[in-house]
Amino acid sequence: MSTNGTGAGTEDKHLWPLWEVFVRSSRGLSHVHAGSLHAPDAEMAVRNARDLYTRRNEGVSLWVVRSDDIIASDPQDKETFFESPKGKDYRHATYYTASEGVAHL
Amino acid sequence: MSTTASDPRTGLGEDEGRAAFDALIAADGRVEPRDWMPEDYRRTLVRQMSQHAHSEIIGMQPEANWITRAPSLKRKAILMAKVQDEAGHGLYLYSATETLGVPRDELVEQLISGKAKYSSIFNYPTKQWADVGAIGWLVDGAAIMNQVPLCRASYAPYGRAMVRICKEESFHQRQGFEILLALANGTEEQKAMAQDAVNRFYAPALMMFGPPDDDSPNSQQSMAWNIKRFSNDDLRQRFVGMIAEQVKVLGLTLPDPELRFDEESGRWEYGELDWDEFMAVIKGNGPCNAQRLQRRREAQEDGAWVREAAAAYAAKQQQRREQEVA
Repeated sequence: MSTNGTGAGTEDKHLWPLWEVFVRSSRGLSHVHAGSLHAPDAEMAVRNARDLYTRRNEGVSLWVVRSDDIIASDPQDKETFFESPKGKDYRHATYYTASEGVAHL
Repeated sequence: MSTTASDPRTGLGEDEGRAAFDALIAADGRVEPRDWMPEDYRRTLVRQMSQHAHSEIIGMQPEANWITRAPSLKRKAILMAKVQDEAGHGLYLYSATETLGVPRDELVEQLISGKAKYSSIFNYPTKQWADVGAIGWLVDGAAIMNQVPLCRASYAPYGRAMVRICKEESFHQRQGFEILLALANGTEEQKAMAQDAVNRFYAPALMMFGPPDDDSPNSQQSMAWNIKRFSNDDLRQRFVGMIAEQVKVLGLTLPDPELRFDEESGRWEYGELDWDEFMAVIKGNGPCNAQRLQRRREAQEDGAWVREAAAAYAAKQQQRREQEVA
């Protein structure tokens, strides 16, 4: 069986497609993935998302996106696709120790 | 290099995949949907998570039974919110189960065909209003005891769903306790109703943790995989300790003549449960099994035209948009 980027089966026989739901919990914050749901179209997906994921003021804004449209990186690419932190410590502030003890630095 | 065929989901061979999985579990890490996982781990999760989802969905029925007869508008609004939450919990869990590659339709089909199991507790009837209180206090109380450790389950989407559920579940337990407390402090008749409800739901609630450890073949493997964190008997023991104290506040009693606090071990001892009854209810012979499934099946059938109409509308809109573009 083939699966999509979220692990769910790719759609062929579903009556209603699967949508991923992202909730912005308050102004100033990013939308965060909350879960998924089935809905016939985008408008119903947003309404269902409101009923399912924001029953207690959990959000001020919703995004829905078709689950099959999520393009995911390969889970096994941890080492090759994502840059190895090894040897690149200089990208972190903690690498620089000469300035220790200097105020506001 | 592995010589076995690689998994189409992950591109990993059996040996490589298993080594990565074992290391992750040993480090108490979290498994994400597209990671390599042993087939029996996947199967165990699909079984446990879908049974859990089915339980939430079937669990709507015994309580919904009292929505129209709730004693006040306030209680009615609360009960509706609670039943709606149960539907939500079922949907969170179906959604998490789908990340294991099982389509939703298949899960729904397993429930309505009677192939899938769900928690035995929901096959007991709600005979009077106080039962709604007893369900909130005892059944949701036992569910919370069971579910809090599941927030740390090794399969990440399950854990994430449980975090959301547990946050919502504590309102359920408190509203149930409040219903019982109001009745227990009411007339003699009301107090008797509360006691009757507690009497009937006590043992079935204790059985919600599953068979005794010696008799629970899947438990050990689930604990080794960090899906389960505590054994059935451990959780049951904690639950008894909790409600044995809480029942004093209600001014009611628990229907177990052997229940006593053991000074030496510092824990509450309780009497043997009727596991034959448990097995009978699980196998479909409880008081309400047939009714619960029939109701679920009818709801599914009655909603079919709505699902089809919505799908047809969506397809038509899609077609229209495509024509406009062309």
